[in-house]
Amino acid sequence: MNALDQTVNPVEPFLRTDRMPHIWCPGCGIGTTVNSFARALIESKVDLDTLALVSGIGCTGRVAGYVKLDSFHTTHGRAIPFATGLKMANPKLSVVVYSGDGDLAAIGGNHLIHAARRNIDLKVICVNNLIYAMTGGQSAPTTPGHATTSTNPYGTFEPAFNLPHLLDAAGAVYVARWTTFHVRQLARAMSEAFAKRGFSFIEVISPCPTLYQRRNKMGDGLDTMKYYKDKSKVKHGAPTSEVGLTLNGEIVVGKFVDRDRPDYQSMMRAQYVESLGERYIEAPETECVCD
Amino acid sequence: MIVLLHGLGDQVAKGRVSIVVERCKACGFCVEFCPTHVLALSSAFNSKGYHPPHVVHPEKCSGCDLCGMYCPDFAIYATKIAEPKAQKTAGGDE
Amino acid sequence: MKADPHGVLTGTHFIDGDHACCEGALAAGARFAAGYPITPSTEVVERFAARVPTVGGTFIQMEDELAASITLQGAVWGGAKAFTVTSGPGFSLMMEHIGYAAMTETPCVFVDVQRGGPSTGLPTLPAQADMMQARWGSHGDYEIIALCPNSPQECFDLTIKAFNLAEEFRVPVMFMMDEVVGHMTEKVVIPPAEQIEVVPRKHTHKSIQDYLPYGTNGDMVPEMAHAGEGYKFHVTGLTHDERGYPNMTPQMQDKLVKRLQNKIRTAADRICIFEQDRLESAEVVVVSYGITSRVAQRAIDLARDRGLRVGKLRLITAWPFPAKKIAELASQVKAFVVPELNLGQMVREVERAVAGLAKTVAVSHAGGGVHSPDEILNTIVEASR
Ligand code: SF4
Ligand code: SF4
Ligand code: SF4
Repeated sequence: MNALDQTVNPVEPFLRTDRMPHIWCPGCGIGTTVNSFARALIESKVDLDTLALVSGIGCTGRVAGYVKLDSFHTTHGRAIPFATGLKMANPKLSVVVYSGDGDLAAIGGNHLIHAARRNIDLKVICVNNLIYAMTGGQSAPTTPGHATTSTNPYGTFEPAFNLPHLLDAAGAVYVARWTTFHVRQLARAMSEAFAKRGFSFIEVISPCPTLYQRRNKMGDGLDTMKYYKDKSKVKHGAPTSEVGLTLNGEIVVGKFVDRDRPDYQSMMRAQYVESLGERYIEAPETECVCD
Repeated sequence: MIVLLHGLGDQVAKGRVSIVVERCKACGFCVEFCPTHVLALSSAFNSKGYHPPHVVHPEKCSGCDLCGMYCPDFAIYATKIAEPKAQKTAGGDE
Repeated sequence: MKADPHGVLTGTHFIDGDHACCEGALAAGARFAAGYPITPSTEVVERFAARVPTVGGTFIQMEDELAASITLQGAVWGGAKAFTVTSGPGFSLMMEHIGYAAMTETPCVFVDVQRGGPSTGLPTLPAQADMMQARWGSHGDYEIIALCPNSPQECFDLTIKAFNLAEEFRVPVMFMMDEVVGHMTEKVVIPPAEQIEVVPRKHTHKSIQDYLPYGTNGDMVPEMAHAGEGYKFHVTGLTHDERGYPNMTPQMQDKLVKRLQNKIRTAADRICIFEQDRLESAEVVVVSYGITSRVAQRAIDLARDRGLRVGKLRLITAWPFPAKKIAELASQVKAFVVPELNLGQMVREVERAVAGLAKTVAVSHAGGGVHSPDEILNTIVEASR
């Protein structure tokens, strides 16, 4: 062969290649988001030795098993509290939470808002396929009205969460939404999140052709990507109250929130220093419980 | 599978595409979103029965690696061909 | 290794069981706790929240017990020794994460200051009705270790033991207090740090290339690495192979789950601690634990005053259960009397070990208070006939 053999797919060094091929369906968008993630890691020059990735349960939850990082596939909905403990115990770690909409916003919804309120220094990537996929296409708190799911066979009628609005209200310092069509913008958003201290939330609208699109007669993954291309509108700084999703309507994408406020550990330190003065002993950076 | 072809006419390839045929699940993302329509799904099958893409217009490849960024199966990527006079390619999606 | 003196409040104190438990955790090297307020356990983390910033560690109050019970596990993988504290309703919520800790072999301690249940039950009053939940509460097959202190001093001493066992076996350890022991104030002697033995994390010394996160070398307990050290390991609650990768086959399930069970079962004799008194000559053996053992002691003394030959077996580890010891005794004695603040939990385990060789009599109590010594005495008298 030729010189090309020496080059590799830029995502490859971030993957547990011994676990490839992955389980995701043809046309599923989750793998695409991982490409953007890899590009963001390259661009941000994040030290991979001190980067940990935490997932919950679901199709996106499997990301943890495919990335060559310290990676934790936790319980359903609890990626954020696990990540919180990891970050608290070793503040030097850069901690990414990579999970799905059902995992983060339904069963894990309470943790999501509280971690944002506390401003824990976590980068949360929420792959939103608008449905529970791993379990077979049930309604999620993100499923848009009138969509058909296996548990709403006559159409959903529950109002859906507008996640950027929720996270904005809860206090996240960085909130953006892109789709899997916006691979470069997504990579940039992830890089921006890495540069920020505090709770960042990136929603990625992603196709689940197998369960969501097919049941709603929206075609395959490619049709969905074309829909994202046609119907997305970039509105940086859009009021998050106005970015809710509908079944077939416009998808407002962009960076909605980018603000600074002290993160949990800075606030904790400041409070202790103020109240305890010299009696405060900061947790040793590499506290060793080993022999 | 490695493809390396240089120009036809006055067009010169600025990038080259590599395809790991066996990983491909034929979603068509790379074909559809290549800004210069370098790729097409081939009629051949891989061992899982999918039609992987192949390069039909190598000379048009800018090496932008959008195909690589879109591919959900990590089956395709592109690199730029180092060329002193190569001008910066637009090849983005913005 | 010896305890880090920063965490050891050497001296003689007059404190309650909850506070003693907190001091035990600090002495054992716990530098992280995640909690959620619940009576009658909250004093443990209240004290921890006050103490830990002066010792070098973190307390975080989470939004619920589901969060607390997994946050602590994140902290363990980040390198800390960590625990959480709760009572019945919160303990119920933590069950999934006890299973996660068992499956991922995350060394940690769950303190349950037992109160009356089911449901909200009796928030301020004692019970011992979570004993089976501690053993079986999470789904699937797994083993845990559970300890039952009966005094504030033991709340201190055994909390250290709980952390040590958690580290040695990479298993979640249940620290089964009860409301009375938690709120009882007594003298607690905290020795100097150099007299406190602390089991360090079983951290790997292998190179990144050679490290297998769930590989074992004979003793069935794998070596750990922490996030941020370059090992780039994977941890999952799915059935996994030695690399930590999901491997959901019946063969892998058999291998993994049996190892998780056997690492405790084969060491059960070594783990089991109990207090015994006059078992050799006993006709009746009173088996008790926690606060009930103190009431039982009074009953035993009264029975002996009447000339009855009564032996005492106090469970300090409830799980693993000292089945072998009970089976040995079963052929020598007439009866086992088992008082507990529940309607029959550990008594079933006694009965199983006795296997029909002697009588097993429960002295049950629905909780909310403790037995009167007479109730236990009468049963002893009855059983010795
Ligand atoms: S079920 Fe849907 S979300 Fe899950 S892998 Fe398949 S396409 Fe992706
Ligand atoms: S690198 Fe860019 S131009 Fe070349 S095939 Fe890929 S998408 Fe098309
Ligand atoms: S994007 Fe990847 S999986 Fe899809 S057709 Fe192209 S090479 Fe195949």
